[in-house]
Amino acid sequence: MEEAALSVQNLRAYYVTGHFGMQREVRAVDDVSLSVRKNEIYGIAGESSCGKSTFIKTVAAAIRPPLRVLGGSIKYSFLDRDLYDLDERKLADIRWNHLSFIPQGSMNVLNPVRRIRESFQDFAFPHMGLGRSEFFDVVNRHLERLQLSPSILSAFPHELSGGMRQRVAIALATVCRPEFIIADEPTTALDVVVQKDVLALILETQREIGSSMIFVTHDLTVHANISNRLGIMYAGRLIEEGPTREIFHDPLHPYSRHLVASLPRIGDLTPKIALTGAPPNLAQPPSGCRFHPRCPLATDLCRQASPELTTLSSGRRVACYAVASAPATRPMTNDRMTNDKFKSF
Amino acid sequence: MLKVLRDLFRHNREFAAGSILVLIVLGIVVASFFSPYPPLDSYVVPPDIPPSWDHLLGTNSRGQDVFWQVAVAMRNSLLFGISVALISRVIALVIGLVSGYVGGMVDRVLMSINDTFVVIPLFPILTLFYFMMHDHMSWVVLAVAMASLGWPYDARLIRSIALSLRNREFTTQSIFSGMSTRQILMEEHLPYVLPIVFSTTLNNINWSIGLEVTLSVIGLTNIETPTIGTMIYWANQHTAMVAGIWWWVLAPVATVIMMFIGLFLLSVSMNEFIDPRTRLARMGA
Amino acid sequence: MSTLLSVDNLTKSFARGGIFGRTEFVAVDHVSFSLESATPEIFAIIGESGSGKTTLARMVLNTMSPSSGVIRFQGTDISRLRTGRDRLQFMRKVQPIFQNPSEAFNPLKRVDRYLFASAYHFAGCRSRDGREIAADEALKKVGLSLAEVKGRFPHELSGGQLQRTAIARALISSPALIVADEPVSMVDASLRMSIVNLFKTLRDELKVSIVYITHDLATAYYISDRVLILQKGKVVEMGSARQVLSEPHHPYTVRLRESILSLDDVERVHTSG
Ligand SMILES: Nc1ncnc2c1ncn2[C@@H]1O[C@H](COP(=O)(O)OP(=O)(O)O)[C@@H](O)[C@H]1O
Ligand SMILES: Nc1ncnc2c1ncn2[C@@H]1O[C@H](COP(=O)(O)OP(=O)(O)O)[C@@H](O)[C@H]1O
Ligand code: SF4
Ligand SMILES: [Mg+2]
Ligand SMILES: [Mg+2]
Repeated sequence: MEEAALSVQNLRAYYVTGHFGMQREVRAVDDVSLSVRKNEIYGIAGESSCGKSTFIKTVAAAIRPPLRVLGGSIKYSFLDRDLYDLDERKLADIRWNHLSFIPQGSMNVLNPVRRIRESFQDFAFPHMGLGRSEFFDVVNRHLERLQLSPSILSAFPHELSGGMRQRVAIALATVCRPEFIIADEPTTALDVVVQKDVLALILETQREIGSSMIFVTHDLTVHANISNRLGIMYAGRLIEEGPTREIFHDPLHPYSRHLVASLPRIGDLTPKIALTGAPPNLAQPPSGCRFHPRCPLATDLCRQASPELTTLSSGRRVACYAVASAPATRPMTNDRMTNDKFKSF
Repeated sequence: MLKVLRDLFRHNREFAAGSILVLIVLGIVVASFFSPYPPLDSYVVPPDIPPSWDHLLGTNSRGQDVFWQVAVAMRNSLLFGISVALISRVIALVIGLVSGYVGGMVDRVLMSINDTFVVIPLFPILTLFYFMMHDHMSWVVLAVAMASLGWPYDARLIRSIALSLRNREFTTQSIFSGMSTRQILMEEHLPYVLPIVFSTTLNNINWSIGLEVTLSVIGLTNIETPTIGTMIYWANQHTAMVAGIWWWVLAPVATVIMMFIGLFLLSVSMNEFIDPRTRLARMGA
Repeated sequence: MSTLLSVDNLTKSFARGGIFGRTEFVAVDHVSFSLESATPEIFAIIGESGSGKTTLARMVLNTMSPSSGVIRFQGTDISRLRTGRDRLQFMRKVQPIFQNPSEAFNPLKRVDRYLFASAYHFAGCRSRDGREIAADEALKKVGLSLAEVKGRFPHELSGGQLQRTAIARALISSPALIVADEPVSMVDASLRMSIVNLFKTLRDELKVSIVYITHDLATAYYISDRVLILQKGKVVEMGSARQVLSEPHHPYTVRLRESILSLDDVERVHTSG
């Protein structure tokens, strides 16, 4: 088997806050293992506050208190050691050059009082080891490849539209041609027309520099259009993983099945059901399977024990007793989704 | 709150230094209530003694203990500064919030008044004011006069915040919940501007103490009330520096500078504290 | 009265630019449409960002005055509502719902205050108990209860709970029209459907008409009866939702339809790569 670009084992990352001696833990990422192959776009989906951004911050080594990594390992193919065995200096060396992070809302983090040119200079210049004029040659060529006019370099962020700022953020993150790109909700704030262009840009860039990528968004339609494989998170855990196409055609976990079934499409007027209940509080996650309070198939076993992420014979992984215990590779048919617990209210 | 103060004290040097300076000055101010000599009496101690154990900061040519004089003077100056700051803050809040929220004609009228006040030259006006008031010049009158000159910068600042709050969704939510303009200003918008007002209040206290000192030193206030300014005025009258009685001038100057720096540092460190985002983070958002 | 809302040649222009070369920028350009009282419907207004949707919504809510044109609500020209009482009366009938649930409530205040204020001003609940009952009833309609919301700050509630609370608040006065400006563009897919389904229930059971502003064609197709497509402030196409969205005529509508990401692309993308 080819070597993974990133392999994460049993990662646990909690927000630990103390108030007057009372300690509170938000278990935002709890025992997540996954690996990202070379040249692959690995999508992470899940509703908001299920821990997507936290996971991303952890693998991008962008953790800051109160977030703490409590266990697990993170190995990149370009590193000979675990990510968290690196010191600050080595980390600074790999950022931008090898590992690039487009944080959530990054279009709004461009410094408002600095021109785009200066942002490029601040962030990317120190990592490229080039002279100034060579550096800007590279930047210009990069912008051209992304079909951005080099004239935007002299603009201030507020002079650009949201979509344009997002493109600049992507250009900035990819100018050093990193082997690994991590993007957190890069298209969420954009409207449909712009979204499509930005996605095309991301795909184009990823193919052109041949990097691997983790792409996070809660919007499954976006995943359908960009991710090769998809991991679905629920309440801090990875609950299903597989090739995007297979997940859309045949979601296995009750939660994924709900997500896929509730997507509206033009031409489809069948009533779409919504989940009952609210997302769990990660400071006090439910016992057993974290999905059980909202799951139509929950049994007593689910309430007591937590299902492991199990690899099926098809190579897909899923964490659900109802799926893993079933004999066939297709344990349930989709029509059981019309279970009446899935009604709108 | 206590925890916030503790954290600020630990992690924010400006805050720590500022609060130590301000606490020292406040200590002196509180001490003034225990002064062994009535502050206005003169020749209660031998004159012109340099600092010593009996008279920590020496005595002046009018036979007063400089330490206790400074204590009382600082108390009055501070009281003066706080009064000016509070009165002008109220004016600034009302004008800024109303102007920003109501907008339109009201905004234009209030802001042109505001701009008129900004360009009024302070010093000549206050001098003129002194000559008009003469015998009626008390510190209360002066405080009111300075307060009515000290609000415009803040009013503009508050207006700009109110303007941005006006377009926030929650403001529309409040309107469509049937809340009155007064309710929206006092209950929805005020909490946003208060912290900023708090920081500018510290600066305004400095500003008014400074201005009072300047006016007093040249004798344009009621020189009977002991303040830092009038103390320096009297020292100058007795040509203290020439006569070598430096402690008479140095003591009030040093105290007021400690106050200036202390308040300035506090207001600087406030800035981080004020940022609504960090405020929300502290609330646990 | 049979017409609930009629919007007639509505135009709004803003002055743009500096001291030199000041230009008029037309954000909403001669828009007309009307809703009937007898048939409550979900009327979708669709357009990409900057097409003037929010400006149009603000004018309908009477929080912004048009440059020209008339809006009549139940026969009354809303620009003539001058007194506080008239305005309150109007707000009782027309209520807004906002885009960003976490922005819709003051983050420094408890959310229940808005429910209680609405109950006080619009439902005539003078007593504390009365207000709590009114708030609880409204919250029950959206699948929440006062117990879950009372005394909570916005950051203590999830986005879905906040959006439902906002809808509940709007329902307290039993409005005839709700203007929802992109109510689901900031919420998750799973939640999106519950909000959208809720709109359907409001229309069918409470007979509330809803102006549903969005750039999401798929949900618009799913819930709305009629759509209006807005491009740069102008109406380019209007009609039955099914028809306009499945067989668009205007090139702009066609382009919008083409740029929505479709689930069927999962085939195209992943078989080619
Ligand atoms: N700084 C923080 N302190 C405490 N809890 C946090 C912090 N940031 C996020 N969380 C919590 O961690 C959980 C996961 O958040 P996040 O990773 O941002 O979710 P997502 O990106 O999937 O929306 C949420 O319950 C959130 O409330
Ligand atoms: N108060 C205003 N002053 C000037 N221009 C405005 C104002 N409000 C909106 N606009 C402009 O009008 C256009 C339409 O905006 P908006 O109604 O918010 O669009 P949408 O809601 O469809 O995204 C935008 O180009 C915007 O810049
Ligand atoms: S393990 Fe049980 S509760 Fe969890 S998803 Fe599967 S069936 Fe539902
Ligand atoms: Mg996130
Ligand atoms: Mg809008």
